[in-house]
Amino acid sequence: MSLFQVFRVALRALVRNKLRSFLTTLGIIIGVGAVIAMVAIGEGAKARVQEAFASVGSNMLIVLPGATTQGGAMGGFGSLPTVTWEDLEAIQSELPSVRWAAPSLRSAGQLQSDEQNWSTQINGTTPEYFELRGWKIARGSGLSSSDVEAGTKVVVLGQTVVEKLYGNNADPLGQLVRIKSMLFQVIGVLEKKGQSPVGQDFDDAVFIPVSTYRSKIQGGLGNYIAGVVFVGAASAADVTRAQSEVTALLRERHRIQPGADDDFSIRNLTEMAGAMQQGTNTLTALLASIAAVSLLVGGIGIMNIMLVSVTERTREIGVRMAVGARPGHILAQFLVEALTLALLGGLIGVGLGLLTAARLASAFGWPMLVRPEIIALAVGFSALVGVGFGLYPAHKASRLDPITALRYE
Amino acid sequence: MSAPAATETLVRLTGVTKVYRMGDVEVQALRGVSLAIAQGGLTAIMGASGSGKSTLMNIVGCLDRPSAGRYELAGRDISGLSRAALAELRNRTLGFVFQSFNLLARTSAIENVELPLLYAGVPGRERRRRAVAALGRVGLADRLRHHPAQLSGGQQQRVALARALVMEPRLILADEPTGNLDSTTSAEVMALLQQLGDGGITVVLVTHESDIAAYAERVIVMRDGCVQSDHAQQPLRAPEPAAAAPAMLAPTTAVERPALAAPTGAAR
Ligand SMILES: Nc1ncnc2c1ncn2[C@@H]1O[C@H](COP(=O)(O)OP(=O)(O)O)[C@@H](O)[C@H]1O
Ligand SMILES: [Mg+2]
Repeated sequence: MSLFQVFRVALRALVRNKLRSFLTTLGIIIGVGAVIAMVAIGEGAKARVQEAFASVGSNMLIVLPGATTQGGAMGGFGSLPTVTWEDLEAIQSELPSVRWAAPSLRSAGQLQSDEQNWSTQINGTTPEYFELRGWKIARGSGLSSSDVEAGTKVVVLGQTVVEKLYGNNADPLGQLVRIKSMLFQVIGVLEKKGQSPVGQDFDDAVFIPVSTYRSKIQGGLGNYIAGVVFVGAASAADVTRAQSEVTALLRERHRIQPGADDDFSIRNLTEMAGAMQQGTNTLTALLASIAAVSLLVGGIGIMNIMLVSVTERTREIGVRMAVGARPGHILAQFLVEALTLALLGGLIGVGLGLLTAARLASAFGWPMLVRPEIIALAVGFSALVGVGFGLYPAHKASRLDPITALRYE
Repeated sequence: MSAPAATETLVRLTGVTKVYRMGDVEVQALRGVSLAIAQGGLTAIMGASGSGKSTLMNIVGCLDRPSAGRYELAGRDISGLSRAALAELRNRTLGFVFQSFNLLARTSAIENVELPLLYAGVPGRERRRRAVAALGRVGLADRLRHHPAQLSGGQQQRVALARALVMEPRLILADEPTGNLDSTTSAEVMALLQQLGDGGITVVLVTHESDIAAYAERVIVMRDGCVQSDHAQQPLRAPEPAAAAPAMLAPTTAVERPALAAPTGAAR
């Protein structure tokens, strides 16, 4: 009896009880569908997080004045400036792994247009800042080096600020806005960037030359940077090296003895992104394992129905044995039946899961991410479930005594 | 093995007993049965209900093993054989006809008849050919696609008979094959069985109707698990069944076929 014959006999038995076969596979269908959809959701969330981090800026370090920890607690950065403008200079010019370095001085402040006013974050920085964060200018131009050198009163607005001061889709180029009762000319508008991974609105900010900021908004710290330094590594592979180089450079410049604590700290956003990704990976695994439990429940459903089927068809089994079916034939028949149920369920489940994933993806505006190995895994697992849970009923059938089976009513 | 068909012993039971244990109760279904049945011909087993006829048939049919005693089928002791080996023996050497037909429901006549061929590993085309031929032998060439529910009792029993003979067995066992049939269809089935016996297949049938036993050339009467009497008789000749052409019932002489192959060593 060929395998093909075994499959034919099994398929016929399943087709004979269409509704029951369908209901039996439902568990597997839902299980596999859930696995596919859940993993897709997890992957979508991951992609979303990656996207968000990409908007924060990639390959980026932030140097904060003040030590990282003091007795386990975070030192309040900015409270005690330790990084100087010369340090910034040195980071920019001396380190090969660093492509850009830019100061970021910020404070909250009021902006006034002719009709509206809006409280936002005022940033003093240099052109490099936009480069290393990967932020593009949507209209007009960005800050230039000459603006920084001359300390001109020009401002680049974020989209949210434009909306609040001038309304949607307004063109504010050339307009004058008042910051701390000084008039600044709007020279550019940034592209919309959306929210940061922690929900901060990147578009609710304005940018002025750092020199202007120091002289007009908040001066007074002299040689020390009253803010943070953004460092852009030459490439993703250079981020770690840049971190150690910046650390070494600053320790040397600040004459910190070996063994003593840094008087600055460095945040590695790539690392943070990695941590977030770990989080979403855990989420994916969690969702997938919940879904896998439903697969297991589906398997128990198959076992249940196979047991019923064996009991129901006891007489048929007896007849088959009487005409020469060996125990192996009976075992194979029921095993293949269970396997077919599980595989059919698995395939339908894959279809359903993909549909659900596509739906969810379009609903959340996520990319549709289904890795083929997840599909293979889900189908393979359902086959395993079929064989695993089919084994006992099939074995039971094959051990039936032919006379008892033939007599069974 | 070159002995003439009339004297070759196909079935030999020596002191066979069968005890059923149900908890503390022991039922002695067979209490030392010894008998020999030659190749070919029709033997009837009679006896009251509960006398052990079915138990005897099950043992002869390799569906069950004796509790004690020896059973040789075609000179071979079957007591040591595995379940798989017994299955193969049933497949190649034995055919069964049951009182309740025992056809697979919702399965066409031809597929029912193909079943033993399927387990024997006969390829599809050959299987079909032989199943059609067997159904032709029992006069059902025009009912190949009918399901059991679409056939009369007599037709269903003839399908069962076709299934029993499609492997060209040496022994056909029929436990009350006419028990569910009216007298006309009973006569048709008996005619077929008688012709198979004439053709060299050993046919053993259980019945409690003496007019059915009348077709047999030997009648064994059981009582309380023992053989009460065993005698030969002049069989009643059944009328030719109209449906079955004589050519299709051409005898297949058992002596021309090779001796019973070793079950485990048989070709696969
Ligand atoms: N599977 C079984 N378990 C217990 N007792 C059985 C079983 N099969 C048959 N018997 C008993 O064995 C005896 C002979 O039964 P059986 O061979 O079926 O008789 P018959 O076919 O002549 O009517 C009866 O007493 C019956 O109750
Ligand atoms: Mg009986």
